[in-house]
Amino acid sequence: MIGKEVFKGVWTLGEQRDGEISSVSYELLSWGRELADKLNVELSSVIIGYGLKEKVKELIYRGADKVYVVDHPSLVHFKPDVYSRILEALVKEFSPEIFIASATTMGRTIMPILATRIGTGLTADCTGLDIEPETGLLLQTRPAIGGNVMATIKTPKHKPQMATVRPRSRKPLSKDTSRKGEVIVKEYPEEFYLSKFKILDFVKDETSQTPLQEADIVVAGGKGLKGERNFRLIHELAQLLGGAVGASRSAVDMGWISYPHQVGLSGKTVAPKLYFAIGISGAVQHLAGMSSSETIVAINSDPEANIFKVCDLGIVGDLFEIVPLLIERLREYKEGKKNG
Amino acid sequence: MRICVLVKQVPATDKVKMDEKTGTMIRTEMEAELNPLDMYAVEEAVRVKERLGGNARITVISMGPLMAVDAVKDAISMGCDEGYLLSDKLLAGSDTWATAYALSGAIRYLGGFDLIFCGERATDGETGQVGPSVASWLNIPALTYVSKIERLEERYIRVRRAVEGGYEVVETELPVLLSVVKEINEPRLPNLAGKLRAKEMQIPVLTVDDLNLNRSFVGLEGSPTRVVKIFYPKLSRNGKIISGKNPEEAVDELISFLESKGIL
Ligand SMILES: Cc1cc2nc3c(=O)[nH]c(=O)nc-3n(C[C@H](O)[C@H](O)[C@H](O)COP(=O)(O)OP(=O)(O)OC[C@H]3O[C@@H](n4cnc5c(N)ncnc54)[C@H](O)[C@@H]3O)c2cc1C
Ligand SMILES: Nc1ncnc2c1ncn2[C@@H]1O[C@H](COP(=O)(O)O)[C@@H](O)[C@H]1O
Repeated sequence: MIGKEVFKGVWTLGEQRDGEISSVSYELLSWGRELADKLNVELSSVIIGYGLKEKVKELIYRGADKVYVVDHPSLVHFKPDVYSRILEALVKEFSPEIFIASATTMGRTIMPILATRIGTGLTADCTGLDIEPETGLLLQTRPAIGGNVMATIKTPKHKPQMATVRPRSRKPLSKDTSRKGEVIVKEYPEEFYLSKFKILDFVKDETSQTPLQEADIVVAGGKGLKGERNFRLIHELAQLLGGAVGASRSAVDMGWISYPHQVGLSGKTVAPKLYFAIGISGAVQHLAGMSSSETIVAINSDPEANIFKVCDLGIVGDLFEIVPLLIERLREYKEGKKNG
Repeated sequence: MRICVLVKQVPATDKVKMDEKTGTMIRTEMEAELNPLDMYAVEEAVRVKERLGGNARITVISMGPLMAVDAVKDAISMGCDEGYLLSDKLLAGSDTWATAYALSGAIRYLGGFDLIFCGERATDGETGQVGPSVASWLNIPALTYVSKIERLEERYIRVRRAVEGGYEVVETELPVLLSVVKEINEPRLPNLAGKLRAKEMQIPVLTVDDLNLNRSFVGLEGSPTRVVKIFYPKLSRNGKIISGKNPEEAVDELISFLESKGIL
């Protein structure tokens, strides 16, 4: 981009669905606040949608100094062409030095389009962001090649420095209703809102109550379960713990559970507080999708199983004995808590 | 209908070597394969062609060192009609911005396409950025995370996109770029005839000058991003292993462990 302009400030991209601000927006503000404080600049959040004007104060309570809102009936749904047109206009008008978004399906779609239009770099799916003290540049750290390698990436000559950040890699800041900030409502000419996209429907996935990547707890089963019927143990345990159900590739390949539950290199990457691996050997491709979980518990009958190398607690034993007992004990435990 | 598939050759996963000085992959001496997630893109292109009954032609494009011709041939053996390899020393070290610029140059050079397929992400860099970025360079709509093509007409398409918590049904105009997810199909194995055809086919190599690309937009020099450090995370956690205990004892320990972690 043009070298003469002064680029200043940290921006985060807020997300909404049906006019409700998504929690990833607050997680990003937690990252953004730290960067903005290190640089001693303002933190702003941009949010595009409809019916948001009353709700955007929440972004200030969660860390933003400024909020740019673009609110229009045609912006209810994510339309990559319109959203990128608006973001491009905003970036060109206000010249932030850093712009981060969540590595959600929206962030991963809109940010490459925007970076290309503006002519700047973009680092994908970061799990670490920092400021280099000598240069003030953004240090973007991310896993690649199935989690086998971590890379730190800089965008030395282009602005804004852009990155997507892995969801759930940070907790939102706690809400502080005494925080003051500025809300700027931007309007654009009607032709800005014309889109080549028509969103016809949204269908909820009934099988996964908590989307796998957003769950605090993931209970995952593998080939060791030996059959589709036994997979109900995984579902039951997940339900008791309030978690989502995951699976290794072989369990998916056998048809015991559907592909959206697959964790690993060719499935989803998760980093929950607790990852419970049951009857999973721990092939590198699976580890690639879960090894950055906070706590890992494994149950496997093979003491040599690879999964034991990455777990915090491992039980060598027969899952068909241990899991039913665990389910029973957890039920009692919950009852006990309820009854004081 | 003119269909294009973008495929990348990636290292066979467990054997990646990195040059720690430049932060680039050592792509010469390693085993490589067609990016597994690109097979779904190839398969979907071939299925579209089969549905259209001959009124379609599929062109595969890959960018990479000369050995990446194997990835192009793998795609052809699955049923694509022709392939091109974009290869030039000047392109080495390209990040996603520069890679997408070069690929969009190849697409323009070949006269453009109605449908451009790519994979969700490559298993090496794992950014998933190249697809949407190519669409942006070409100024055409991008449909990402496509899990089903519901309708395809001459000038418009309706798809399902797999997004957080469900799927979205979206319509847009052609030409369009689609990045597909694994749910979309089950890729076929190439048959013998396909393999033979691929083996014999000439794959033209395109260079930066052939495509009239701006030299300052390609390769490591043209890339806005720089890898400044590479490190290997330690997977091992040295956790506690309970072994040789009866199930009751093991479950007791597990429950107190979960309590100590604040999970219960
Ligand atoms: C771990 C890691 C994470 C990264 N994350 C990001 C990211 O988030 N965002 C981003 O924009 N970039 C990212 N990059 C790319 C990075 O910014 C640099 O551009 C990087 O140095 C290129 O690495 P590479 O190993 O892929 O390079 P290369 O191996 O040179 O590959 C880059 C591209 O050029 C092609 N290529 C290589 N040689 C040739 C040739 N002779 N002819 C034609 N084509 C060729 C390759 O097929 C590939 O598409 C990442 C790189 C690594 C290693
Ligand atoms: N060098 C390349 N040549 C051809 N297609 C590519 C190349 N790099 C990426 N792609 C396409 O873009 C998709 C996403 O790749 P990436 O952004 O690298 O994760 C891949 O699945 C391919 O379809």
